[in-house]
Amino acid sequence: MTIEDIAALRDSRAWLPPLLLLLALSCLFPAVSYAQTRNTCIECHSLLDPPLRVTQEDFSQDIHSQKGLTCAACHGGDPTSDDPNVAMGRAAGFRGKIEHNRVPEVCAKCHSDVAYMRQFNPSLRTDQLSQYRTSVHGRRLAQGDARVAVCTDCHGLHNIRPASDSRSRVHPLNVAETCARCHADSQYMKSYGIPTDQYAKYKASVHHEALVVRGDLSAPTCTTCHGNHGATPPGVASVEFVCSTCHAFQAQLFDQSPHKDAFTAMSLPGCVTCHENHRIVHPTDALLATNENSLCGRCHSSGDPGFEGAQTMHAGLARLQAAMEKSDEVLGQAERSGMEVSQARLAESQARDALTKARVTIHSFTPARVAADVQEGLKVSHATLEAGMQALAERDYRRKGLGITVFAIIVVLIGLWLWIREIESKKGSA
Amino acid sequence: MGVFRGIHDWLDERFGWAELTAVLKKKTVPVHRFSYWYFLGGMTLFLFVLQVLTGILLLLYYRPTSSGAFESVSYIMTQVKFGWLVRSIHSWGANLMIGMAFAHMFSVLFLKSYRKPRELTWVSGMVLLLLALGFGFSGYLLPWNTLAFFATTVGTDIAGQIPAIGHWLLVFLRGGDQVTGATLTRFFGFHVAVLPGLATLFLLLHLLLVQRFGISVPPRIEAEWEAQPQKRRELHFFPNFLLREMMAWYIALGVLGALAALLPWGLGTKADPFAPAPAGIKPEWYFLFMFQTLKWIPAKIWFFDGELLGVLGFGVAGLLWLLLPFFDKGPSHRISRWVTGIGIFMLFYVLSMTVVGYIAK
Repeated sequence: MTIEDIAALRDSRAWLPPLLLLLALSCLFPAVSYAQTRNTCIECHSLLDPPLRVTQEDFSQDIHSQKGLTCAACHGGDPTSDDPNVAMGRAAGFRGKIEHNRVPEVCAKCHSDVAYMRQFNPSLRTDQLSQYRTSVHGRRLAQGDARVAVCTDCHGLHNIRPASDSRSRVHPLNVAETCARCHADSQYMKSYGIPTDQYAKYKASVHHEALVVRGDLSAPTCTTCHGNHGATPPGVASVEFVCSTCHAFQAQLFDQSPHKDAFTAMSLPGCVTCHENHRIVHPTDALLATNENSLCGRCHSSGDPGFEGAQTMHAGLARLQAAMEKSDEVLGQAERSGMEVSQARLAESQARDALTKARVTIHSFTPARVAADVQEGLKVSHATLEAGMQALAERDYRRKGLGITVFAIIVVLIGLWLWIREIESKKGSA
Repeated sequence: MGVFRGIHDWLDERFGWAELTAVLKKKTVPVHRFSYWYFLGGMTLFLFVLQVLTGILLLLYYRPTSSGAFESVSYIMTQVKFGWLVRSIHSWGANLMIGMAFAHMFSVLFLKSYRKPRELTWVSGMVLLLLALGFGFSGYLLPWNTLAFFATTVGTDIAGQIPAIGHWLLVFLRGGDQVTGATLTRFFGFHVAVLPGLATLFLLLHLLLVQRFGISVPPRIEAEWEAQPQKRRELHFFPNFLLREMMAWYIALGVLGALAALLPWGLGTKADPFAPAPAGIKPEWYFLFMFQTLKWIPAKIWFFDGELLGVLGFGVAGLLWLLLPFFDKGPSHRISRWVTGIGIFMLFYVLSMTVVGYIAK
C-alpha cells in the first residue's frame, strides 16, 4: 500500500462502516452480560439512607454475592425488574425486611440443607440451627426474647465474609470484640443480670496475648470455650473438659490428684478455681508458694499436708530455676569471652524442658512426682554449669599462655635487636 | 658451631652452597624515610606461610561434607588439643594476610615501585591478591555455618550476573543451581588444591622478579640521591634486613596469638539451607566495598540492569588497575600524577565504602 493509496482510502471514507460495526458489537457484549447479572435492588438501595442503604461495594464483598446469590435469595422479589412494583411485588415472593426472630430460620433454609451447601463447600457444617437452639441465645429467642443474638448480629448483614477472612467479625482475631459488642455493654445486659467485664478480663489474659499479640490463631477466644452457634457457659463439671481440649496433660494429672475428689465434693470447678475463667494470667511459681498472695494459701494453712506439699514443690522449682540461671550466667560469661559452649547451650534446653515438665506435674499435687522432674533438670543444669566453669578455666589457661608467649616474643625481639646492633656495630654494614 | 660448619662444608662441596648464598649476601635494601613499607611484602609472605602450616593442621580433622563440616570444625575448636588456637590463627591470619596484601599493594602504588622494568612484578602481585581473595571466599564457606552459607549464596549470585558466562560460572562455582554440599566439596578443592597450586607458582614468579630487579627506590628519593650521592644508604638483606623483618614477623605472631586467645574465631550455627536468610547478611570485610557499591546502585540505570552494570564496572576497573604500570610513562609525565590521584581516590573509596558497609543494617 502506497501513500497515495492511504490518502485515497481516507478520502473515500470506506473504512467507516466496518469500524462502526465493530464499535456497535463491542458495546453489545457488556450489555448482554449486564442483563444476566443485573440487580436492581442494589441500584436503588445504594442511593437510600441507612439502614436501607446497601452499596454494590459492600455487597460484592459478601460471600453470598461471590457465590452468585442475590438479595432475592433472602428477601425474595425479582432483582431483574426495573419496576419497583414488580421487583418488590407479592407475585415475585418479596418478603421485605426479615424480622429479627426469624433470621435463624431464614439462614437455616440453606445452611441446614446438606445437599444444597455441599455444592458450595462440602466441608461446611450444616448443624448451626440445631446448635443455636441449644444455646442460651437460641433458648431465650424461643421464649420470645428478641434482644438476643441471632446469626446476623455476629456475622453481619450484607457484607458477610467467611470466618477465615481476617476482616470477618467471626474471624478468631475478632470474635471477642464481636461478643463484647453486647456482653460488655452494661446497659444492654442489665436485664440479664450477668457480668459485663468478661471482655476486659479476657484482654488481660494469657490467651488474648497469645492470640492477638503473638498472632497464634490456635489460641482460645470466647467461642473456643463457650462454643459458637451453641454458645453456653460451661457447667461446673465440664470446665475441666473444656480446658483439657488444649491442656490435656494438666487435666490428666488433675484427675489423678487428691484435689479432684475434694473439688467435686465442694462443687468447685476444676481449673478455674485456681486460674480464673476469663482473666487467666500467665502462671508463675509464686502462685504455688505459701504466702498470702499464693493460691495454695487460700485453702491450706500452716501444718496441713497440702501446705507442706506446696512448700516442697515451690522450693524444688525455685532450686531448679536458680540452678538454670547460674548455669546461664556462667555460659554467657564464657560466650562473651569467645569460648565455644554451644553443646552446653543445647543441653540447657533439656533443663528448661524439665522445668516446664515439673510445672505441668504440679497439677498432680504430688510433691514426689514434681521432685523427680526437678531432679532431672538439676542433673542437666549441673552438667551445663560444669561445662561453663571448664570453659572459663580454659579461657584463663589460654590467657596465661598468651602472657607467657608475649613475654617470650618480647625476649626474642630484644635478642634480635641486640643481635642486629652487634652485627652492625662490628661490620658497619648500614 | 663445629656441626654447622661441617654441614655447610658438606653442602658446599656437593651443591656449591657458598655460591648459592652469595646472591643473598650481595642483595641490598635501600634505606630511606619510606623503608618501613618494604616490610609489608615479607609480612604478607610470612602470614601466607602461616596459613599453609595451620591449614595443613586443620586438614587432619576437617571433613568437607555438608553433614560433617560444621561438626568437624566444632570438634577442632572444643576437643582437639590446641585446635582452637590453630583454627583461630588460621581465620585471623587470613584476614591479616589479605589486609597486609592490600597495604602492600597501595604502598607499591604510592612509592611508584611498579614502574619499568617492574610491570610484571605488579601484575604477578595483583594476581596473588586476587588469589588471596579467592582463598578468603572459598575458605569462608568451609565451616558450613549460617553466615557463610548465605554469604556464599549472595556472592555466587553476584558472579552469576556476569554477562554470557554468568550462569555457567554460577553452576561451576556451586556445582549446581543452589549452594549445597556439592558447593562445599568444590570450594574445599579450590581452597586446598587449586588456589595453593596457583599461588605457589605466582609467588615464585613474584619473588623471582623481585630478586631479579631488586628493591625499587621511590622517584623522589632517587632524585635526591642523584643530586647528593653521599646520602645514598643501603642495608644488606642478609642478615640485617631479614633480622628486622623477623622482628616484624614475631610481632605479627604475638598479635595473632593475642587475637586467638582473647577473641577466638566464632563458629556460629550450622547452615540450614531451608531456613530463611538472616537479616543484614554481609560478606567478609574485604568484599564489603564492592557489596556496598552494588547495594547503592539503582535496580535500573536507563535500560540496563543496575547490578549487571556494577559487576561490569568492577571488572573493567579491576582490569585497568591490573594494567596500571603500562599507563604510567614516568615520574615527569602528567599521567603519573593521575595514577597517584586515582590511587588516593581508590584508597579513600575502598576504606569509606568498607566502613559504610560495616555500619549499614
